[in-house]
Amino acid sequence: MNSRFIKGISHGIPICLGYLSVSFGFGITAAASGLSTIEASIISASNLTSAGQAAGVDVIKTGGTILEMILVQLIINIRYSLMGLSLSQKLDRKFTTPHRLLASYGITDEIFAVCSAQKQPLTPAYMYGIILISMLGWVTGTFLGASAGQLLPPSISSALGIVLYGMFIAIVVPPSRKNKSILFVTIVAALLSILFKYVITAITSGFAVIICAIGAAAIGALLFPIDDEEVEE
Amino acid sequence: MSIAIYIIVMAAVTYVIRMIPFTFFNKKIKSRFIRSFLKYIPYAVLSAMTIPAIFYSTGDIITAAVGTIVAVALAFFNCPLIVVALAASLAAYITNLIL
Repeated sequence: MNSRFIKGISHGIPICLGYLSVSFGFGITAAASGLSTIEASIISASNLTSAGQAAGVDVIKTGGTILEMILVQLIINIRYSLMGLSLSQKLDRKFTTPHRLLASYGITDEIFAVCSAQKQPLTPAYMYGIILISMLGWVTGTFLGASAGQLLPPSISSALGIVLYGMFIAIVVPPSRKNKSILFVTIVAALLSILFKYVITAITSGFAVIICAIGAAAIGALLFPIDDEEVEE
Repeated sequence: MSIAIYIIVMAAVTYVIRMIPFTFFNKKIKSRFIRSFLKYIPYAVLSAMTIPAIFYSTGDIITAAVGTIVAVALAFFNCPLIVVALAASLAAYITNLIL
């Protein structure tokens, strides 16, 4: 089998494990909101996003309008546009339009993070590997959560809540250590995020992440524009 | 209203948001500012999503703080993703047993 595909699978295993526990929680919530196990699993398979799905289930539960559903998804998931734009800059030449149409389905926070940390250009095989294993974890966790309720004792499932964040830290810390401008952007984003959590609380968390990320990255780009050599890497 | 319609709308909106920039941006961006911005975006997004949310991720701020410290320390020494992620979780679990 294609070695890039295998590499994608191996890079996706931590995401898969994290997704299993997060989507387990989503499955429980969806079932509690009156959705069947199959409906919850279809939502997970077709959306592959945590915050958007949770908000979507809320709209379904409260009988909201289609317009409300569209706006909620647009606002919460608009960050994927930024991520897609960022990834589009580092695609291998093998990434033809059909591959792009297919792989764009799998742009999630975690998959984006791992892909953007890659030094080499991204190939379709690599992205399919990482998307496939992550999606399996996401749908399986949803299915188990919705059908079986609490399988894990609370002490384990709560400790698993930190898995995805641990992965984020593993992605952000090493480049921050090497590169002061990345460290700067990371700290500014964290400070803005704290501000929105405790001071400017009227902004919803989806919006807050967008504002913090755009703000911190823009300040970083103004103060520390990258050199042309860095782009070639 | 049928649940199927909601699900189709959800999935379609989410897909289109992801697909348009990823598929139709195949030129290299020339602006130095935008290229710098796009380089910094992933770190900014992850940082904003992690802090302060990580401290609430286990339902107990102390176990989460211990997990965070373990994760930062292991990441500082370039441990693999899966090791950092699971060690953070294990540290939170053990802390919970001790407390």
